[in-house]
Amino acid sequence: MKRLIINNSILPILTILLFIVIVWYLAAIPMNSEKVTRQFKNLSFTEHVEKTWNLKKPKLPTPHQIVNEIINTTFYKKISSKRSLVYHGWITLKATLAGFILGTFLGIILALGIVHNRAMDLSVMPWVIASQTVPILAIAPMIIVVMNSVGVTGLLPKAIISMYLSFFPVVVGMVKGLRSPDQMQIDQMRTWSASPNQLLWRLRFPSSLPYLFASLKVGIAASLIGAIVGELPSGAISGLGARMLAGTYYGQTVMIWSALFAAAFLAASLVFFISFIQNYTLRKMAILR
Amino acid sequence: MNIFLVLFFIVWILGWLINIRLSLIKNAKFLRFFIPTLFGFVILLMWEFLVLGLNINPVLLPPPTAIALKFADSLDILWIDFVQTLIKGALSGYILGCGAAILTAIAIDKFNFLKRGLLPFGNFVSALPIVGMAPIFVMWFGFDWESKCAIVVVMVFFPMLVNSVQGLELVDHSRQDLMKTYNASYTQTLFKLRLPSALPFIFNGLKICSTLALIGAIVAEFFGSPIKGMGFRISSEVGRFALDMVWAEIFVAALAGCLFYGLISLIEKQLTFWHPSNQK
Repeated sequence: MKRLIINNSILPILTILLFIVIVWYLAAIPMNSEKVTRQFKNLSFTEHVEKTWNLKKPKLPTPHQIVNEIINTTFYKKISSKRSLVYHGWITLKATLAGFILGTFLGIILALGIVHNRAMDLSVMPWVIASQTVPILAIAPMIIVVMNSVGVTGLLPKAIISMYLSFFPVVVGMVKGLRSPDQMQIDQMRTWSASPNQLLWRLRFPSSLPYLFASLKVGIAASLIGAIVGELPSGAISGLGARMLAGTYYGQTVMIWSALFAAAFLAASLVFFISFIQNYTLRKMAILR
Repeated sequence: MNIFLVLFFIVWILGWLINIRLSLIKNAKFLRFFIPTLFGFVILLMWEFLVLGLNINPVLLPPPTAIALKFADSLDILWIDFVQTLIKGALSGYILGCGAAILTAIAIDKFNFLKRGLLPFGNFVSALPIVGMAPIFVMWFGFDWESKCAIVVVMVFFPMLVNSVQGLELVDHSRQDLMKTYNASYTQTLFKLRLPSALPFIFNGLKICSTLALIGAIVAEFFGSPIKGMGFRISSEVGRFALDMVWAEIFVAALAGCLFYGLISLIEKQLTFWHPSNQK
């Protein structure tokens, strides 16, 4: 059934993609033509169009320029070089993963506390929900600067922002998941005289896994955003966010777009990786067939 | 061991004990509000005493009282920033983006082909770090609120679209058949059946997007803005180490976020009174 749906969607998705690319190229003509007329005189129409697609610092770079830039900065630069996209991507990825792992652990521990302790449920849970409505990213620059001035630099401040963003979905999902076994299943465990530990590990935890994975997907996307935004303030020099900022300063639009595409690629592969583990685990546990 | 640290531990243990005591009482309605409020209050007190007790430099972590004073002191600046960022940037983008997404959802709902192409695409884009597009929009639309509005539109569009399309899709078939037997036209079915029954999904999208809109407008100002706005204030005051002002701005953002969310929930309760989740 699932395979059928995938096959049925490929053609529509490709059509939409093609449509976007065409619109992109068409949009690049009016957006860049002002710059072309300033730089060149007496161009025929086709020459003019061709120039708008290949400007050095265009207002809207075309897809092939971005792809070229990505290929250039990915494969033809040394990985350790400051101009390599892989280098910057790796810096961001490290912070993302560190924050994500910290956030997931914190979220799971908090969820366990909330499920097992009524006082914690009543006092913490409303705040967890309220904090979802707050634009947490606004705190990012402050965290970075304060931690820098205490002497903590590099990976950790960014990871903390990522952690902060990723732990909320995990708490909410895990609480829902740990509470998902119904009374009948819990009673059944009781008739087997299961200890609280056994109840947790044999019933509550396994049945929370589908919820956990759904939250992990949201969480990892959020922690990537956190890491990127964490690189914006205070003149960070490496990472995808820093590259976007540098691109803005020097008007290097192609650089911004290529960093953006790299970030999109990272996000997609991270989410894909989680779905892969999810499918594998849930299938092994016979939750998913 | 100074007096503030002692107070810190006293407040901690007292708050802990009171909350445990209170939570043992079953079925008291006022506790649902009282316990979290007490918890928040205890945290604030602990924060205050910890900062005073450990002599933490107020430049790094200002105590809540200092933040409250600063807040009361600079209401005019906070109001200007609030209007610039949240009303002009976030709210206008939110209305435009969500409106466009709902209209698009209605439009593509007619065409199965478009739906199958756009839905996976929308899901994919929803997971992308779109905030990163902020510098590009600042370049295109200038430093003022228009660029913030634009980034908010892009950020809220796809989550909203996905939610609305799902809502429109999940209408009960028997109800649709009933409309057919009434010989209802497309628009009649749309306005009397499908849109109302899609409302829970639409409101879910609206809630998700309310936070996104605030984030988009604030972060976009980190890339350039006129000399007002919450994002501008946060990044410039951080540079001057005036963290009490930053906390005051964050308080405004949090307050605005909660109020906006509450308002949407309130409207939702009014409009979707028929939904099982609102009936007891």
